[in-house]
Order: sequence, then C-alpha cells, then structure tokens
Amino acid sequence: MPTLRLEIVTPEAKAYSDDVDMVVLPGIEGEMGILPMHVPLMTELKPGELRITKNGQETFLAVGEGFVEITGERVSVMTDMAVEEKAIDEAAVQAAIERAEKRMREEHLGDEEVASVQAAIQKSLAQLHLKRRHHRG
Amino acid sequence: MAANTRDIRRRIKSIKNTAQITKAMQMVAAAKMRKAQQAALAGRPYADLMSKVLRSVGEQSEQTHPLLEVRAVSRELVLVISTDKGLCGALNTNLLRELNRFEPAKTTYVAAGRKGAQYLARTKQSILADFELKDAPKFAETKVISKYCIEQFLAGAVDKVTVAYTHFVSTLTQTPTLRTILPLPPAEVAGDGTPAAEDAGGGYLYEPSAEEVLGGLLPHYVHFQIYQMVLDSRASEHSARMVAMKSATDNAKQLIKDLTLEYNKVRQAAITTEILEIATAQMAMG
Repeated sequence: MPTLRLEIVTPEAKAYSDDVDMVVLPGIEGEMGILPMHVPLMTELKPGELRITKNGQETFLAVGEGFVEITGERVSVMTDMAVEEKAIDEAAVQAAIERAEKRMREEHLGDEEVASVQAAIQKSLAQLHLKRRHHRG
Repeated sequence: MAANTRDIRRRIKSIKNTAQITKAMQMVAAAKMRKAQQAALAGRPYADLMSKVLRSVGEQSEQTHPLLEVRAVSRELVLVISTDKGLCGALNTNLLRELNRFEPAKTTYVAAGRKGAQYLARTKQSILADFELKDAPKFAETKVISKYCIEQFLAGAVDKVTVAYTHFVSTLTQTPTLRTILPLPPAEVAGDGTPAAEDAGGGYLYEPSAEEVLGGLLPHYVHFQIYQMVLDSRASEHSARMVAMKSATDNAKQLIKDLTLEYNKVRQAAITTEILEIATAQMAMG
C-alpha cells in the first residue's frame, strides 16, 4: 500500500518526518483528510489539530498557522508551531493565554503586536482544545 | 637599568589586563555563539522546505503575483545586515566591501545594524531607513524590516531588493553574501529539476484560491528568508568575535612570555654588573 511522506517543519526545528497512511489537517476552509495519491494541492493552515494515522495508530499534534503543500506522495507542512499531544502542558498553556489576554486588555499595542498576540492566543487555544478533548475521550 | 626593568614590568602588567579582557569577551562570545548557531541552524529545514515548495509552485503555475514581477532595474534597494559592535575580525569589512558592486547613483540602502549604518553615512550613500536589531532577534522584529522592503518594492520606489548579509558556514568560516530577495528570483522559483515537478503531474489546486494562497505564502517567504539571514548574520558575528578574541588572547599570552624572558635577562644583567662592581671595588681596596 502506498504511503505518504509527511514532513512538518517549524522555524525552530523539524517537528515530524515519517511515512504515514493518512493525515487529517485543519485547512483554512475546513478539515481535510489526505490519503496517498491525493491531487496536488496548496492551501493555508489554520491553528488546530492535525491527526496522523500510521499502521492503525493515531498521533495528534496541535499546529499553528502555516502552509501545506500536497502532492501524490508527499505532504509538506510549514507552520509556526507543532506540538505533540503528550508534550502539551495544560497549566502552562492556560497561563500563556491569560498572560496574552492581559496584555491585550492593559497595554496599548500596535497593529503588528495585536496580530501577534492574537495569533499566540489562537495557537494556545488549539493546544488546549486538543488536550482537553483527549482527556475526556 | 632599573628604569628599563620597571618599564618592562609595566608593559607586562598592561598586556595582562588586556588579555583578561579579551579572554572574558571570548567566553561571552562563545556562549552567545552557541545559542546563535543553534537558532540559525534550526531554521534551515524550514527555509529549505519553503524554497522547495515555492519552486514547484513556480514551475507548475503561470500565476503572476506582484512580488514575482521582474521590472527593468532603475533603482535598487540594498538591505545591509551588519553588526552593532566591532571587535569581530574582518567580518564587517568583508561584508561592506561587497557593497562596492552597486552603482551609487542607482542604489539606496536600508541598514540593519550600526556598523553598516555608520559606513553608509561615512561614504555618503543614500539611506532610506536604519533599523536596530536586538541581540537575539525575534521574527516580529525582523518582520518590520522585511515589511518595509516589500512596501518599497510594491510601491514601485525600487525595482529590486538585495540583501547583503554574512552567511554562516561554520565557526571558522563565514562568507559575505549578496542575495536578491525581490522580485522573488526565477532561480529560486523556477526549479532546477527537483522531483517535486515529476510527482505532481499536473497543476496545483489551490484552496481557497491561487491568489489568496500565494498572497499569503510569498510575503511570508520573504519575511522568513530575511529573518533567517538575520539569524545567520548573528551566528556569524558571534563566531567571528569569538575567533578574533581567541587569537587576541593567544597573542597577548605570547607577548607576555617574550617580555618576561626579556625582563629576566635584563634583571640578570643588572645583578651581574652589580656583583662585578662590588668585586672590582673590593679588589681595588684589597
């Protein structure tokens, strides 16, 4: 059975690189599942949850904004954040959200800064959602 | 004689002080270097993947985007990424020498880093903007610079944007590099036979649309490339400074060794003459 070569890189590191069976990723127009032999596609990524299936095993990652390039045998994900579910520290993420929200409330920020703080909140929320959902489920 | 030994002693002392300072700077640079190198190297896979993706996009589609537009060059913008401080060997000299290739009449400059700004002011070049960078630059900080360059290009004020920075190869080697960043150069976008073209087969689908995806991807690419170049320059700076300070410390130590030898020789000579004098005096009395 053909597999997909999945590569996830962030500016800090190469987060994931392996042959997988299926990837489900949060595209800008909604979630999409990618199987091998997918038609070539370029899209944007929004903060959310990325699901990898390999040999029946599922792995979950929280990802930030970025871009995805898909060809028949390769999925390249460029994003500013990629954290595995196991590595998410709920308390730390919660604290990060509170800090960011406090900054938004109390400081006068420029447009650039507002955008970057909002992006940070979005990313943190994506992590939190992923963590919580799997705790219950 | 006595005055001479005192002179030598004084020199030894002052060289020792200098050696202490250069040694301390070497240590500081070494610590910063490790961090800066890590940051520069960590960003490379991301930058590489992004150029690869951009290359296959360029091959596949006949998309036009304002950032890809090649115009006849009548005005050129050069972004000079230099260091803020000196004492890093020939790093800045080598980088700034590269700027001689540009025609002064057609070129305007944007400086990031104080040394570059000083040089441009001294040689009376036209400077559009002067940005300051912190020691550990953040993406948001360099984005201001890249945004400025993109705006200048899109407004038609300049037809080409080149970045002069120091490419980090290893601790001992850093090469001054000129890279055209806008318009996104065909060499980077049009491929050099990467497998991406073959497995893709047909054109790409874009979601939601080609304009929107490229509109997001291309500026981000420029922002990130400039960020990466700043990181490279920082890694080069600290590496060069560490090497320069190490050789300064070594030289100082060698100098101390030579001077100590001379000092001992002079001291010995003085003692010998004194003994001779006493002996002669005794014999004369005798």
